[in-house]
This record gives sequence, structure tokens and C-alpha cells, in this order.
Amino acid sequence: MRTLRLRHAAYGVLAIAVSAVVFLVPFAFIVLTASKTAPDASQLEFSLPQDWAFLDNLVEVVSYRDGLVLRAFVNSAVLTVLSVTAMVLLAAMVGYVTQRRRSWLNPVVDTMVLAGLIVPPAVVPTVWVLQRLELFKTLGGLVLVEVTFGLSFCILLFRAFVATIPRELDEAAILDGAGPVRLFWTMIVPLLRPVIITVVVVQAVAVFNDFTGPLYFLPGDENATVQLTLYNFQGQSLNQYNLLFMDILLITIPPLVLYVFFNRQIVAGMTNGALKG
Amino acid sequence: MTTLSPPGTLLRKEAAGSARRRTDSSYPLWFAVPAAVLFLVFFAVPTFASFWFSLTRWTLFDVEFIGFDNFVQFFREPQLVTGFVNTLVYGVVTSAAKVVLGLALGVFLTSPILGRGYLRAIVFFPVLVSTIGVGITFKVLLDPFDGVVNQVLGWFGVAGPGWLTDPDLALLTVAAVDVWKGLGIATLIFIAGIVAIPQDYFEAARMDGASGWQQFRHITLPLSMPATGTVVILSLIGGLRSFDLIWAMTNGGPGFTSDVIGSVIYKQYQAGFYGLSTAGNVVLFAVVAAVMVPVSLALRRREQEL
Repeated sequence: MRTLRLRHAAYGVLAIAVSAVVFLVPFAFIVLTASKTAPDASQLEFSLPQDWAFLDNLVEVVSYRDGLVLRAFVNSAVLTVLSVTAMVLLAAMVGYVTQRRRSWLNPVVDTMVLAGLIVPPAVVPTVWVLQRLELFKTLGGLVLVEVTFGLSFCILLFRAFVATIPRELDEAAILDGAGPVRLFWTMIVPLLRPVIITVVVVQAVAVFNDFTGPLYFLPGDENATVQLTLYNFQGQSLNQYNLLFMDILLITIPPLVLYVFFNRQIVAGMTNGALKG
Repeated sequence: MTTLSPPGTLLRKEAAGSARRRTDSSYPLWFAVPAAVLFLVFFAVPTFASFWFSLTRWTLFDVEFIGFDNFVQFFREPQLVTGFVNTLVYGVVTSAAKVVLGLALGVFLTSPILGRGYLRAIVFFPVLVSTIGVGITFKVLLDPFDGVVNQVLGWFGVAGPGWLTDPDLALLTVAAVDVWKGLGIATLIFIAGIVAIPQDYFEAARMDGASGWQQFRHITLPLSMPATGTVVILSLIGGLRSFDLIWAMTNGGPGFTSDVIGSVIYKQYQAGFYGLSTAGNVVLFAVVAAVMVPVSLALRRREQEL
């Protein structure tokens, strides 16, 4: 028994060492390079900065081209908040109704969810639709597209969760004279809290990190999102690796914060959705 | 309505029927309308339109029907064919690697080792990081001359290859980074699958003197089949559709050796060949369907046999 425990400890130490090289070094590299001066960073070495220029780099990235990066952060925040709010609301309504009531709608929704998960979005025709609706190159248009692409996954999670809420609760509320909207809004939605947190966190990370959507549907510098500015940054300031990596670091912080606080919900959401899907 | 309800006594059936009619009005179908409208306008319409547009020469100015010319071109021009082949290679390589490594890590991280919580967290974190950020970081780490990876290899007297500049290597390098980034989800799914296996099986097997390998081979492996299926399907869908990591790391280069259908679609769109780009989309759809249908059928059959 003692040798077994020793062996587990040894494996653990070995694994921690390997994980440090494979997973921590790339992140440490981002932080270190973001703290270097431009000539130091251009050496591309994994080393401590000769001079710590973290704050200077931060200020320079933020003020770069009249606050382009800041504006991108605002755009990404607005995009994420609006998309995720709409996704949660619409998907909860669909998941709730299809779980509570068998009708012709169920096979339709099943097909829609499956198609949404598998079929690759037809990008150029989507651009065409957005142009027709005069939503192309607008944040609103991108929000609608993001919501559409995220719905399938959310509906799966909501439907599975609604199944765990006893119908007796609904019936009590109905007997009290609650209409459908009040029943949903005051009875069901508060009970959905755990799954709402999961959906919000998982989808917020997905929308915030999305690159393809903004690339096709919201091109241009003016209202670019953070992922797009990062990509464009790469071409424009190739020699200033310190600034490039400062930008990467800034973009990594929001998901990191979410992960620290909602680790459990993220893990639950990803495995649940996956295993049931 | 009553004919659809499961068999029971007549009385109960009638009671259930009227109760259902009463409650049905509490669950109005219009709740699904907003989602349905979005789905119709931004998903169904573009998808069906893509079949038509893929048969046209479509530019900023006009649309002209040209039959299957786009598809002929897609399978005749070497750079487009490369994209097609690369998509399959990329999808298969990444998903196979994620299954093997994810299962190994899943087994490892469910055993009572030191630092398990930390290890799970660190393996999962790359999943949440921006793909573009990961792409740029690894592009720098893998720089053929000054990159950290080749510097370290140099200490051991190994001349590191041009990971992203060697035409034979670029696609596989990107695939490896994709695995690095996506392994966390695969591991997580395997952990969930393995934890769900009743401990009694392992105890009984140990009583019978089964070795660790035998336990893995005859208990863990077959009973985590649903998890394996999920990982295969998720990573195949992701791998076949992948675009952003490749775009961030190589832009499909050197030349067009690491192009996939996703990057071909974007390049043709940028060049103004909307019809050809849309044909690429239809080809991608066909590839995903052609791979997914047999894979999911085979997986379902395997699961039923168990």
C-alpha cells in the first residue's frame, strides 16, 4: 500500500513537471514577452525581461491608434452581452416548451438542433442575407448570427434541465391563475439559474473568442472585435512582439477570470452538453 | 392527442387527455417563434441558398448560372484539391490524437495521483483561450530560427525543422497545436465517462487478479465507449470545419500546402469569387455529412452491442 502511494506521488510529480513544460511555458512566454522592451522581445527568447516594461507596453497597446484596442474591447463586450442574453432567453423558451409539451414542433426542433450542430454555416450566402436586410457590417447583424449559431447547444442544455423541474410546480402555479408568460418568467426562469450560469459562461467565452464570425460579417477597423484587432495587429506591427503579446495577454484575461470563478459550471456545461448531444 | 398517449386504462387515459389539453395552453408554441425566425433567416435560408449559388458565377455585380463548373474547378485546380485532402487529413489526425491522448489523460487523471486538481485545470485551460492568441503564440515559439522550440532542440544538437515553413510539416504542426488546445475537452469527457463506471467492476476484476492493463482493456475501454463516441464526433466536426487556427498560423501556406476547405472558402471570398467560395461551402457540407453519417452509425452500433 505504501509503495502504491509513493508511486502515485511519483507519477504526480512527473506529470506536474511535464504539464509545466507543455502547458505553462506557452502562457509564461506570453506574460514574459508582454513585459519586455521591443528589442528584447524581438529575440523571441524564453527569458526574464532585461527591463520590465509591462506598464509601458500596456499603455502603448491601449493608446495604440486612438484607442483601437479599447474600442475593440467595448465592441466585443457589447457583442458578447447582447448575444448571450438573447441566446439564453430564446433557447430557454424553446427548451421549456418542447420539454413540457409533445407536439409537431418537437421533431422540427430536433432537426433544427442537429442541423445547427453539424452543418457548417454557409458564410457567403449569410453575408448576402445580411446585406439584403441592411445588417451587413453592423454589430446588430453579427449579434443575430452569433445567436443563431449558438442556439442549438443552448436548447439541448435547457431542455435537459427543464426535465428535472417537477411538473407539479407548474400545475400549482397554473391553479393559482398564472398565465403562460408569468408561469415561465416567475416560476421556471428562477429555477433555471444553474443551467443559465453554465450557458452564459460557456457561450460568453465562445462568442468573445469567435474570430470567423467578425471576420466575415463585421470586417473593417472601425468596429472590429478584439480577435480581429489581434489578427490585424499581427500584420501591422510585426517587429513589436512585446505589444502583440500584451494584446494576447489582455484578450486572455476575461476567459481566465470566468474560468477562475465558474470552473465548475464550465466543466459541467461542456461535459453535459457533449454527452447528451 | 389521446391516441398518442401511452396505453393505460380508459379512465386514466381520458383524465390525462383533458389535463393535457388544459395545460397545453400554458405552454404556447409561440415561445419557439423568435428562435425559429432567427434559425430560418440566418441558417436555413443561407444553407438552401448556398446550393443555388454554388451553381453560379457570382460576383459583386451579378449572378450567372453555370451549372457544375464550380465543382469541376474545385476538383481540378491543384490548390483546391489540396485543401480538400488536407481537410480530411486534419480532421482524422486531430480527432484520433484527441481520442488516444484524451483517454490516456482521462485514465491518468481519475487515478489517485498527486496534484490531480491542478493537472485537470491546466489541461483544460487552453480550451478557453482565444484561438488566434494561441496561433500567434505558437507561431512565435515554433519560429524556425529564433523560436524557443528549436533553440531548446539545438541544445541537444538537434537541428529543428521549419515547423511552419516546411510544406510537408506545416499542416501537421497546426494539427498538433489544435490537439494541444482542444485536448482539455476530450479529457473532460473521458473523465466524466470513466467516473460513471461502477467501482464494483474494478473491485471484482481485482479480486480475480486482473492487472491494471487488463482492467483498462476489458472494463474502462469498453465502458467508456459513449465518451469515445462523443469525442470522435465533436472533434471530427470541429476538425473538418477548422479555419481560424490554420489562418492564424500559416494562412494556408507555405504556398497552399496547409490550406483546408475553410481557408479556401475565405480566400475565394476575398478574391471576389463568391460562387466558387459557396461551392466550397457545399463541398464542406458534403464532406462533413459523408464522414459523420457512417461514423455515428458505426458508433451507435458499437454502443448497442455492449
